[in-house]
Amino acid sequence: MNVNSNASIIEVQDLTRVFGNFTAVDRISFEVRRGEIFGFLGANGAGKTTAIRMLTGLLIPTSGRAEVAGFDVFTHPESIKKNIGYMSQKFSLFNDLTVFENLRFYGGIYGLSTRDIRHKTDELLERLDLAGVRDRLIRDLPLGWKQKLAFSTAVIHEPAIVFLDEPTGGVDPITRRQFWDLMYETADRGTTVFVTTHYMDEAEYCDRVSIMVDGRIDALGTPAGLRKTYGAKNVDEVFVKLARGGSV
Amino acid sequence: MKAFWGFIKKEFLHIFRDRRTLLILFGMPLAQLLLFGYAVRNELNRADIAILDHSRDEVTREITGKLLSSGHFQLSAWLESEAEIEEVFQRGIARNVVVFESDFGRKLIREGRADVLIVTDASDPNMAQILEGYTANIIREYQQEWQMRNRMAMSGVGGMTSGAGGLAASGIIPEMRMLFNPELRSANLFVPGLIAFILMLVSAFLTSIAIAREKEMGTMEVLLVSPLDPRQIIAGKVLPYLVLSIVNVFTVLVVALVVFQVPFRGSVILFSLLSLLFIMTALALGLRISNAVRDQQTAMMMSLAGLLLPTILLSGFIFPISNMPVILQYLSHIVPAKWYLIIIRGIMLKGVGLEVLWMEALILLGMMSLLFVVSIKSFKIRLE
Repeated sequence: MNVNSNASIIEVQDLTRVFGNFTAVDRISFEVRRGEIFGFLGANGAGKTTAIRMLTGLLIPTSGRAEVAGFDVFTHPESIKKNIGYMSQKFSLFNDLTVFENLRFYGGIYGLSTRDIRHKTDELLERLDLAGVRDRLIRDLPLGWKQKLAFSTAVIHEPAIVFLDEPTGGVDPITRRQFWDLMYETADRGTTVFVTTHYMDEAEYCDRVSIMVDGRIDALGTPAGLRKTYGAKNVDEVFVKLARGGSV
Repeated sequence: MKAFWGFIKKEFLHIFRDRRTLLILFGMPLAQLLLFGYAVRNELNRADIAILDHSRDEVTREITGKLLSSGHFQLSAWLESEAEIEEVFQRGIARNVVVFESDFGRKLIREGRADVLIVTDASDPNMAQILEGYTANIIREYQQEWQMRNRMAMSGVGGMTSGAGGLAASGIIPEMRMLFNPELRSANLFVPGLIAFILMLVSAFLTSIAIAREKEMGTMEVLLVSPLDPRQIIAGKVLPYLVLSIVNVFTVLVVALVVFQVPFRGSVILFSLLSLLFIMTALALGLRISNAVRDQQTAMMMSLAGLLLPTILLSGFIFPISNMPVILQYLSHIVPAKWYLIIIRGIMLKGVGLEVLWMEALILLGMMSLLFVVSIKSFKIRLE
C-alpha cells in the first residue's frame, strides 16, 4: 500500500467506470507526485468528472486500481475523504453565511478545533488581504474574492491533495492569475493540486498535464514535453490535435 | 459529533437569515389559524335575513321571533311582496328571505300543514346552503315544540313545507343533517386539519427545498466529498425542521385552545407521540422529493402539488371524505394526513386513545417506515 508513497500521492492503474453499456472512463493509468500541480484536461464529456468522482470516493470504480493519499478507493473511501480538499465547479460557499461562518463550518466538518479555526481564519484573511470582510456575507463579495475564499476554504484543513474542478470558470484574467498564485503557494506548502480546466493557457502553468479524450488518457507529460512530442506551439494545439485524432 | 453540531448550527443560520423561510415558518401558521378562525367560518353569526309574512298571525310571529333570537340572524327588512325579494338580494340587504303563506297559522291547525318558503341568494352556493340549513333547522325545532303543545289537537303534523332551496316537502328534513355535523363547524373542525397542514408545510415542503437548494448551489457536492457521513448530512438537514415543526404544533395548539376554545379531551403524550410519527412521515416525504429533483423550483412545485394539496383536499381537512367520489376515497387512503387527522380529531375532540386509534397509528407507522427506507435508499443511489 505504501509503495512509492514518498514520490506519488495518487496512483491509478487501468481505472474504469462503466454506466450501463457506456464506458465513461476507459482503463486510465497515471500517477501524481506529491506537491505538484497536476492539470487534468479534456473536453466536456471526456470523462474528467467521472474520474474525479472516483478519486474523491464519491463513485465506486467498475474495475482497475487507484490509491489516493495512500488509501484504496475501493476499500477506504472514507479515509480518502479526510485527506483531501475539494472545490466544485459550482460555487461551494454558502451565500447567506459570513466569511468566518463558512470557514468555521468547513473547518468543523474536517475536524479542526475551534481555536485552530480562529487561528487559521485570521492567518488566511491576512494573507488574502481580506481581513476587513471577516463578518460580511459571502453574497455581498465580488466574484474574484469569493473564488479565492472558496479555494482557501477547500484547503483550510491542510489536506494532502486538493481537487479543483474547473475552479476558474467565469473569472476575469487578473483574478485567474491571482488564483494560480494561490495554487502555487499551496503546492509549495506541500499540498498536491489536482486541477481540471477548460483554459488551455492555464495548462501551461501546471507541472504536468494529462489530456483525456473519450474516456482515455491520450497524452501525459510536462507542458514542454507535450509540445515537443506533438510538434505544437502550445498545449492548446496538442489538445486540438488529439481531439481531432480521436474523432476521425 | 462536533462536525455534526456545526452542521446543525449552519442549518439554523440558513433558516434565520432567509426572510421567506421565516415567514412560512412563523407567519404562515398563525396567519392561517386566525384566517380560519375568524374569516372562514361555516357557522352563522347574525346573518341578515328578510321576512315576507303574508299571514301575520301568532304562529308566524313566533317562528320569526325564534329565528331572530337564535343569534344566527338579524332582521334587515320586512317585505310586502314577492317582487321585493330579488331587489333585496341584488342590493345585498339580505341573503336569506323567509316567506310565510297567507293563513299560515290557521292552515297549520286545520290541515296539518302550512307552507313556508326559504329563499336564499345562491350566488355564494356554500353560504346559501348554510343559511338554508340553519333556517330550516330553526323552523323544524319550532315545529316540534308546536307539535308537543298541540299533540292532542294535531296528530301527525309533519308537513310544514318549504321550497325553493330544495327542501323536502315533509317531516324531518334529513339532508340538512350534514350541514350540522358538529365536526364540520367552527374551530373544532379546522384546528386539527391546520396542524396537519402546518406540519406538512414545515417538515416536507421546507425540508425538500432546503436540500434542493444545497444541490442547486453546488454545496451538496462539497458536503458529499467531505468526511461527513451521508446519514449525518440527512440528519443535519432534517433535525432543525423537526424541532421547528414541534415548536409550531404547540404554538398553534396553544393559540387554538386559548383563543378559539378548542377542546382537548385526550392524552397530550399520545398526541405528541403520534404527531412525531406524522412529522417523521412528512420529513421522509420531503427527503424523497429532494432526492428526485435538482433545484428548488421543482422541489417547491412537487411538494405543493404532491403534498400540500392532497393534505388540504384529500385528508378530510375541508371536504368530508365520505362525500367524495369513490376513486378519490380510495386515493385518500395514501394521504398520510388523512390518518393523522382521524387520530388527532379523536384525541382532541373525542378524548379517545390507542384502543380506538391503533389502526390509524399502525398505518402511519407503516407509511413512515416505508418512506424512510425508500428515501434513504434513493439518497444512496444518487451518490453512486
